[in-house]
Amino acid sequence: MSAFKDAGHLFRFAGLFVLAFIIFLVVRGYVVPKSFGQYGHYRGNAITEIAARPVKFAGHETCETCHSDVLDVKSKGKHAHVNCEACHGALARHADDPSAVTPAKPDTAVLCARCHTASAAKPKGFPQVDPADHSNGVPCETCHQPHSPAITDAGGAK
Amino acid sequence: MNLSRRHFLVLAPAAAIAWKAVLAGTPDQAPNYTMSEHWWGMLIDIPKCIGCGNCVRACATENDVPEGYFRTWVERYHVEDEDMTNPEVISPDGGKEGFPVAKEDAGKYFFVPKMCNHCADSPCTQVCPVGATFVTPDGAVLVDQKYCLGCAYCVQACPYGCRYIHPEKKVADKCTLCYHRITKGLTTACCENCPTGARQLVDLKNPKDPIHEFLKTHSVQVLKPQMATGAKAYYNGLDGSVR
Amino acid sequence: MTGVEGFMYPNEIALQWSVLIVLYPFITGLVAGAFILASLERVFHVEAVKPTYRLALLTALSFLIVAPLPLQLHLGHPERSPEMYFTPHSTSAMAMFGYVYLWYLMAVLVFEIWLDYRRDIVVLSQATKAPLRWIYQIMTLGSNNISPRSLHIDEKVGWIVTLIGIPSAFMLHGYVGFIFGSIKANPWWSSPLMPVVFIFSAMVSGIAAVMLIYMATTKLRRQTIDMRCVDAIAMYLFYIFIIDFSLEMLDLIHRIYEADESFRSLNFLVHTRLYFPHIVIQICLGTLTPLILLFITQVVKLPEQVRKRMYVTAGSLAMVGIFAMRWNVVIGGQLFSKSFLGYTTYKMALVTREGSLVAVALTILPLFILWALVKLLPPWNSEQAQHATGD
Repeated sequence: MSAFKDAGHLFRFAGLFVLAFIIFLVVRGYVVPKSFGQYGHYRGNAITEIAARPVKFAGHETCETCHSDVLDVKSKGKHAHVNCEACHGALARHADDPSAVTPAKPDTAVLCARCHTASAAKPKGFPQVDPADHSNGVPCETCHQPHSPAITDAGGAK
Repeated sequence: MNLSRRHFLVLAPAAAIAWKAVLAGTPDQAPNYTMSEHWWGMLIDIPKCIGCGNCVRACATENDVPEGYFRTWVERYHVEDEDMTNPEVISPDGGKEGFPVAKEDAGKYFFVPKMCNHCADSPCTQVCPVGATFVTPDGAVLVDQKYCLGCAYCVQACPYGCRYIHPEKKVADKCTLCYHRITKGLTTACCENCPTGARQLVDLKNPKDPIHEFLKTHSVQVLKPQMATGAKAYYNGLDGSVR
Repeated sequence: MTGVEGFMYPNEIALQWSVLIVLYPFITGLVAGAFILASLERVFHVEAVKPTYRLALLTALSFLIVAPLPLQLHLGHPERSPEMYFTPHSTSAMAMFGYVYLWYLMAVLVFEIWLDYRRDIVVLSQATKAPLRWIYQIMTLGSNNISPRSLHIDEKVGWIVTLIGIPSAFMLHGYVGFIFGSIKANPWWSSPLMPVVFIFSAMVSGIAAVMLIYMATTKLRRQTIDMRCVDAIAMYLFYIFIIDFSLEMLDLIHRIYEADESFRSLNFLVHTRLYFPHIVIQICLGTLTPLILLFITQVVKLPEQVRKRMYVTAGSLAMVGIFAMRWNVVIGGQLFSKSFLGYTTYKMALVTREGSLVAVALTILPLFILWALVKLLPPWNSEQAQHATGD
């Protein structure tokens, strides 16, 4: 014990550390979120929170529950795999309350050009035209029904 | 200073209370969706991409992505002749409004949609100092925006450049694989809006998912395989010049 | 897009880590280097540098106090930084920061300073008037024991603390090097040499800093500079600088020789956007010039006045060079695209939270803190440092 006789000050310094450590542990117990570590080194509740974010695009299956007539036309044409909202925009709000939210009709001059303007960069087999040459400024839907765009001899779907 | 019995009688209960506080708390309810049944990835079919930018716009709408930042973007490559090491690449505003018309020339062009690769051995989650970004049990790499410090270490660590610091929230942000959609049985916003099927969500744990057959019959790569990130964005028809 | 040349992934055009993240390793480097200089005397019994012992410790403490500030100013959510203490991620080098910093601050630096100054503190706690008296009384932790036996114990314990302090100082700064060196996504950073280069350049900057501060404060106090001390410091500065330079050249030569996929892009970067900060400032002005100056002082017998001027020049240039090294690593590593196809520019603002004014203020702040510490704990009241050597 005599070895510690003149070392009292060192124990006081060490005591500060011990005190700080205990305070730290207590604070940690309160501050760390309860779900932390549930699945890994992160807050488990974060997964639920992220999964609960609102959906803006309803998804084509939702559209098809009401608009099955359009589906009938579309599924026979070249745009069979182009989903509704790819052209009509995000419509989850419309799907939730159809009468309250009416979507605007897309402007074909802008919309169709996005995909179908000819460019050497696009895959060769993909249908593409130079809009100026092709239609001379006439809007696309004059000749093409967007839901089934092919023009047949029988006059095409209208 | 001697530790008398009196001191001990005071300190021991204090220590016990402290320890209980440390162990306190039970985790909240697990989400309804069963994570262990899924292992998400993405299939990107290069020959089908037409560079329309629908995916970039759809993602921005679905996820309120701030202007000038990109959770997904499209790059256009122009490779002249055999020089694979020096492609000309552009991505005007991430390809959001498509691309300028390319004139026919000797080289080849193609589009490469990029996104978070939701790496299984993700280097970004490895470096997060506090556990604010993580790989979920079903294979999505997510950011806990309530916990993130905004130190940007994860942004530095991502080899693919898919992360950014949200200018208003000041936390890390990136593609979430539309986690809020896929856990409800929907597909991601980018896949939903791709007109050619160049982007498809895949569930590697689902034996009926077409990806299994596709991987058997096509040459598929991931980006920067030498980084061994366990990337789960699979590219069909990826050219050697792609960075 | 202004400032962008070639192609960059859209999200990497703006730099994430600013001049404040350049400043942080520079400051912790000064801390580590100053401490190593102090340990030269305490552990390795280099008597000649004894006049700088206490000053080196106070310098280290001043800079260490300021060190977290650039990080806090950079964070998007500084109020969440305690998370690094509560839930540190064991795979992240950055997560070590909180604990390494706290360990080095309390268990090494503050502990050692307290042990070395304890006798003075107790004396001052009785000799001064309130409110200063209260500060000293708190610092005594309630113990007024300055018997020869207790001081002897302080001496022994202080020696052990310094001994532990050396690897701790390497840890404090080496982990910063590892933060960069372990990022496989960035070929400019990814290297096992990075922590080693950081440590040696830290020693250069820290030793140069203490040398300059010693010469400046001695001059301000109108005392004579102990040339034996300064000559010894300059010698150590020279040798450590050689090691640092060799390591950096090794990295460069290795890069050039292997010429992997990143080389073309990085080579272009160093020849263009990074030419001035890297070749001109870091290498020529900040490394070769001070090395040559120091070399001359080591081999040629020069009069005291000339040596002093050369030391001041070499020391100042060395510090500029080490700052430039941090700049070239941090900023340089973000100027090129990870696609290796493009480059961007760093626009350092003036008055923003991470701008140049803040950077300058943070560099000067430690000097004010040092001034206050020197007033509180004078390093030179007693003729030599308190502890005996070789006891």
